[in-house]
Amino acid sequence: MKKKLRIGFLHSLIRKEEKLLLQEFRSRSNVEIELIDDRSLTFTIGEPAFEVDAVVERSINHSRALHALKLFESSGISCINTYRVASICGDKLLTSDALAAFSIPQPEVRVAFTEESALQAIEEMGYPVILKPAVGSWGRLLSKINDRDSAESVLEHKSILGSYHHSIFYIQKYIEKHGKDIRSFVVGDKCIAAIYRKSDHWITNTARGAVTSNCPVTDELSDISVRAAKAAGGGILAVDLFETDGGYLVNEVNYTMEFKNSISVTGVNIPEHIVNYVLDTAYKAKHEKN
Amino acid sequence: MEQVICPVCDADIGLQNDTEKGELLDCDDCGSELEITGVNPYALAEAPQTEEDWGE
Repeated sequence: MKKKLRIGFLHSLIRKEEKLLLQEFRSRSNVEIELIDDRSLTFTIGEPAFEVDAVVERSINHSRALHALKLFESSGISCINTYRVASICGDKLLTSDALAAFSIPQPEVRVAFTEESALQAIEEMGYPVILKPAVGSWGRLLSKINDRDSAESVLEHKSILGSYHHSIFYIQKYIEKHGKDIRSFVVGDKCIAAIYRKSDHWITNTARGAVTSNCPVTDELSDISVRAAKAAGGGILAVDLFETDGGYLVNEVNYTMEFKNSISVTGVNIPEHIVNYVLDTAYKAKHEKN
Repeated sequence: MEQVICPVCDADIGLQNDTEKGELLDCDDCGSELEITGVNPYALAEAPQTEEDWGE
């Protein structure tokens, strides 16, 4: 009898996305799921972590996901997504650097390490710009800077009140997106679906109330999405893009993608695609070991 | 379906048989976000507050 594939499912809170993925995994006869709650997880450095063929990462905390992935991989376990992908996507500075290395179009980004140099960079770029924490998500703590007064004020607040990583100033040129951006979903080398996220607010995250609708996956959108995903290391990734007169610009790449609002509007069974990819990767990893 | 009590407002909440430990749900009565902290027997607690590194 064929031995079942053992998949470690790294999680903390079980959101709708995790529930859908677990239902999809459990519908497969050849798969055994081991739930790994990062809140009760401990590692002994240098010792094997779990007897699983692969780990799929679905933690809500970036810091826990990042370090757990490193330790799983160090003990020889294949992870989806990989530690490298999590480290690139979890830090906007590293994402921008990776996109630039692959010549993927993106908004102008400057990085500075002091209030003074950040202000100088903003003045050179011209207003408006967006100040973003290098590590952060769901549109939290983004600041649209419209003039020098607000630049000085926000930079001072970040310097004095911000934690350590707010002292890295990630400055992105504001792109007029006319109330909407695009999120595309890439699994392996295929862009499986895309949505528009529309909002009256300049922040268009669904976590901030943006409304979703289907976005047709054109060849151009598919091409830039897959290239951006590859630049970030590849795997299961959600790419955020701006549609401009000059073509698409990649804003961010997300490695623990949320998709609950995107299944019905696109008609694409996203969990099925993800599980297929995880199982393919786990099979390959298992056969390489044996 | 199992019945449990909302730890915030004491409302009855019905749980499906496939409810997972760690799963999030909202109380229909008070709107609190809750977490399933145990499944045998079922236990509920208020969900943790959003942390700085939460998200994608």
